[in-house]
Amino acid sequence: MTTNDWPLWEVFVRSRRGLSHTHAGSLHAPDAELALRNARDLYTRRGEGVSIWVVPSTVITASSPDEKDPFFEPAGDKPYRHPTFYEIPEGVKHL
Amino acid sequence: MATAAAHQTARAEADGTADEAARTAAYEAVFDAAVAADERIEPRDWMPDAYRSTLVRQIAQHAHSEIIGMQPEANWITRAPSLRRKAILMAKVQDEAGHGLYLYSAAETLGTSRDELLDKLHHGRQKYSSIFNYPTLTWADVGAIGWLVDGAAITNQVPLCRCSYGPYARAMVRICKEESFHQRQGYELLLALSRGTPEQHEMAQDAVNRWWWPSLMMFGPPDDESAHSAQSMAWKIKRHSNDELRQRFVDICVPQAESLGLRLPDPELRWNEERGHHDFGAIDWTEFWEVLKGNGPCNEQRMAQRRQAHEEGAWVREAAAAYAGKQATGASGAGRASGAYGASGADGASETDEQADQPTGKARA
Amino acid sequence: MTVTAGSAAALALGDDALVLSHRLGEWAGKAPVLEEDVALANIALDLLGQARVLLSMAGDEDELAYLREERAFRNLQLVEQPNGDFAHTIARQLYFSTYQRLLYAELAAGDGEFAPLAAKAVKEVAYHQDHAEHWTLRLGDGTAESHERMRRACEALWRYTGEMFQPVEGVDVDWPALQGRWLASVSAVLRRATLDTPEVPRSGAWSAGAGRQGLHTEPFGRMLAEMQHLHRSHPGASW
Repeated sequence: MTTNDWPLWEVFVRSRRGLSHTHAGSLHAPDAELALRNARDLYTRRGEGVSIWVVPSTVITASSPDEKDPFFEPAGDKPYRHPTFYEIPEGVKHL
Repeated sequence: MATAAAHQTARAEADGTADEAARTAAYEAVFDAAVAADERIEPRDWMPDAYRSTLVRQIAQHAHSEIIGMQPEANWITRAPSLRRKAILMAKVQDEAGHGLYLYSAAETLGTSRDELLDKLHHGRQKYSSIFNYPTLTWADVGAIGWLVDGAAITNQVPLCRCSYGPYARAMVRICKEESFHQRQGYELLLALSRGTPEQHEMAQDAVNRWWWPSLMMFGPPDDESAHSAQSMAWKIKRHSNDELRQRFVDICVPQAESLGLRLPDPELRWNEERGHHDFGAIDWTEFWEVLKGNGPCNEQRMAQRRQAHEEGAWVREAAAAYAGKQATGASGAGRASGAYGASGADGASETDEQADQPTGKARA
Repeated sequence: MTVTAGSAAALALGDDALVLSHRLGEWAGKAPVLEEDVALANIALDLLGQARVLLSMAGDEDELAYLREERAFRNLQLVEQPNGDFAHTIARQLYFSTYQRLLYAELAAGDGEFAPLAAKAVKEVAYHQDHAEHWTLRLGDGTAESHERMRRACEALWRYTGEMFQPVEGVDVDWPALQGRWLASVSAVLRRATLDTPEVPRSGAWSAGAGRQGLHTEPFGRMLAEMQHLHRSHPGASW
């Protein structure tokens, strides 16, 4: 029975021009063309999108939750990357 | 099944069993802290096996309910009495297929494929909501399902939007948003009947009489008899007890029934000033357990139709998989004599077998 | 009911959409895979929307849908054919959506009373045709079984396709040219799907006419009985 399982695809939808594609969910389809069509029918039937990407779930490489600390924590102690780090005298504009 | 948990278990074994317990305890502490802090658990996070299996069971049952739930309403699509109602009903039944899909996807992030889940449903190893084992005998039943059954479902589902498991919570946000029209159309349908001809009014009252009690049963057994409730509450999969939600639903429905001009079939239903809630009559739990066991009016019919649709669709799914296999290997159609299809099935097989073994924990936006 | 040329055309096109939508609605909960349940319902809903606009151009949509007798319906016999297996449904979709797309593209380009509706509908129909073509390829060039089922379906429904190009009063298009484009388009898809263009006749052998003249096939009466029963049981009621 599993030989005919259709693979899983991840669906990304751009809701409006000017916004990036965001993950909407997933679905099954035998190939990319039908995946795109199924995604259109399933995830944009209330006018939620203007553009769709479909990606086979198996080709996504994800960071592992085990790597959480080395991956993401070092970014947490560099407040000088954020504009709020800097003090500017009151009244100075356009900064 | 190569889940994140399995990877970690394998790693722990390689490190020696002495470390394993310590590791698991450390993971568990992280998990417990996340749940306590109302953070979401995501697919690749470590989670206790029982949390995973509880979620799979609950999400699968929910997904199965959506797709079995298409049947009693689809029963009336071809007889809808106006074109406006027909469009509404078709859109609603379509939404249910969509909701089934969202939920199967959520379950798949836990490492169980949709085919496995459907297989369990088809073999009676997983349940769907018992409410769909009742028949839709008249057009008014479509309204009663929208108002009462969807109403009860929404009462159950809104808290699930804050469920601790991220993909389930996100699916529920989408579903609740889309379902807001389901309940309203049911109410509007019943209102038109209630204010219509005497025959239509009678039809509406009869439907409410038949659907009221089964709707109350949708919240599950009383708290003191509910097998999974306590642990699910602790894990924040569930946010309110069965009885709490049932009471909330009754309190919401009483004034709505009045506005409809329809009676709820419970002589003991009255406002209790002291409790600040409505008291209501005893639920016939014998009926609940009987229907759950498979002795409801439609259990066999629903399962037979589901299995039939699946079996009759097998050749279509096979054809699409075979075609995709040929496209991938460049063996497709043009130039080949028509009728030469003997070996085509095998082309797709190796590819899909491989995919069945891929890790299912996925990056989720 | 006096029927003007315009409303006769609205009935013909409206009945096509209404009846095919009904047939597709019969698939609800029974499609080969859930994704296809959603797709078929989308198509049915598009068609029902078109039907409601068209019937409203000719009168009251519900009176026309629910209170006419079988002989007063003007839809093509093709669209009333029972769903059969998925191959029959796809073959019916391929034949009809190709026709509807070509016809509506012409109507949209003109300045007749159907132009506004056709301009909106032609986008919907383009998607229906795309859906039908993709499935024709997959069934035709899938497995031995699907190829055989699709071949049989294409042949069985072929005889209902000749009627599509009988001129409809009030619809101003070049029917023979439409037919030429339809044949070319459908044959090309069938060829890519490794299917032969059927060689059976494209219309019935009797001269009384067909759906556009109110002559239908036997399954249509039963379909209408089901569709109209509830509405007719409560004369004058509103829903």
